[in-house]
Amino acid sequence: MDLENEEKKPREISEIVAIVEALIFVADEPITVKNLAEVLGEDREFVQSAVEHLRDEYDERDGGLQIRALAGGWQISTKTQYHEEVRAFLKTRPNAKLSLAALETLSVIAYKQPVTVPEILEIRGVQSASAIKTLLDKRLIVAKGRKETVGRPMMYGTSKDFLLQFGLKDLSELPSIEDFEDLLGQ
Amino acid sequence: MEQQSEQLTFDFYTETPHISAESPDEIKLELGAFAGPLDLLLYLIKQEKANIFDIPIAKITDEYLKYIRLMKSLDISLAGDFIVMSATLIEIKSKMLLPREIFADAAGEIEDPRRELVDRLLEYEKFKAAAQMLYERSTVEQAVFPRGKIESDETNAETNATVFDILTVFQKILARHKEEVQMEIEREEVSLADMLKLMKQRIFTAKELNLLDFFAEIRTRRELVTAFIAILEIVRTESVKLTQDVTFGAITLKKV
Repeated sequence: MDLENEEKKPREISEIVAIVEALIFVADEPITVKNLAEVLGEDREFVQSAVEHLRDEYDERDGGLQIRALAGGWQISTKTQYHEEVRAFLKTRPNAKLSLAALETLSVIAYKQPVTVPEILEIRGVQSASAIKTLLDKRLIVAKGRKETVGRPMMYGTSKDFLLQFGLKDLSELPSIEDFEDLLGQ
Repeated sequence: MEQQSEQLTFDFYTETPHISAESPDEIKLELGAFAGPLDLLLYLIKQEKANIFDIPIAKITDEYLKYIRLMKSLDISLAGDFIVMSATLIEIKSKMLLPREIFADAAGEIEDPRRELVDRLLEYEKFKAAAQMLYERSTVEQAVFPRGKIESDETNAETNATVFDILTVFQKILARHKEEVQMEIEREEVSLADMLKLMKQRIFTAKELNLLDFFAEIRTRRELVTAFIAILEIVRTESVKLTQDVTFGAITLKKV
């Protein structure tokens, strides 16, 4: 982190891109542009463009890896199309899927957050207590304080793990709930 | 029902709950449970190929109740919410039978008794579709693999330990083990009588006994308790008194 104190000689964009690549590679979780900028001692816009440049380089190379925006940061990962080979090598299987009830509850929470249990019941027409427990256990949702209404019910919202597990950059990447209306009545 | 469906994993494409009618009086449940009463209703409406904005309420109510009865006969406990929905359906059905005019509001507008239910179904269906979208997203995401965890000092504190470090630790453990084995624990039992005797001796030779000093000489908890009882006893039976000059100060046992 002493980089800032060093005698400042302007670095080439190519060098910044290279360092960004190295940092994204070693980071356990998606690394934020803010974090990258701190380590590099460069301003955020510059780092942002370096990251995007790197992403484009990966896309152009058309290799087995990708750099993508995820959960507020940037991550390096394998591409989906090679999952079979990767899985065969790692000897892993896909995680247990969520139940239909849990998925429905999660979709209500994702779109209506912060939302209370009675509000979820109103939409789903069924109690969601065990689904909520499952989602909390899997850290896909978190408590977001209490609503100042009768009974002060707990409000829930989605977590960072939710973004990670559903491959979302941020919540705005979710398609609008009104878009699903078009699918109806067909 | 909710409880049970939580245990199941669900595939949207192959494992959608399904009821097939064998004969008009019989329905057969193919698989799984519905996520809720609205889910079941949507299924029944689609099965009937009915228009959601013009639900044949009598037919759908019958089908719905048939399903509820089936579940009961199979001893599958139904969430209370399913029962609530049957009541709602029956209420709507009966309202439909009544002349519509009595539901007209001040402006003469006639509210369709099915309206609220349709709104709820439409709202619910949006989230059901969103749930499917989430399901697809998570499936895709599971095909993506980030880099594995890198071992750093933070994730693995032992990284820096050498064979010699381990040897040193092992020797320490061995030494400790040795000490433990050689230690013999003797229990020194001091009886109340012995303690009384000892105290009397001290008081009668020195005229007084500072209790703090006396307790300080004692090593075990058990002896402390004995000593304490001995003091109470000695004050009760002998001509001695306990004095304390200042609050929280030293207490002295004096011969009267």
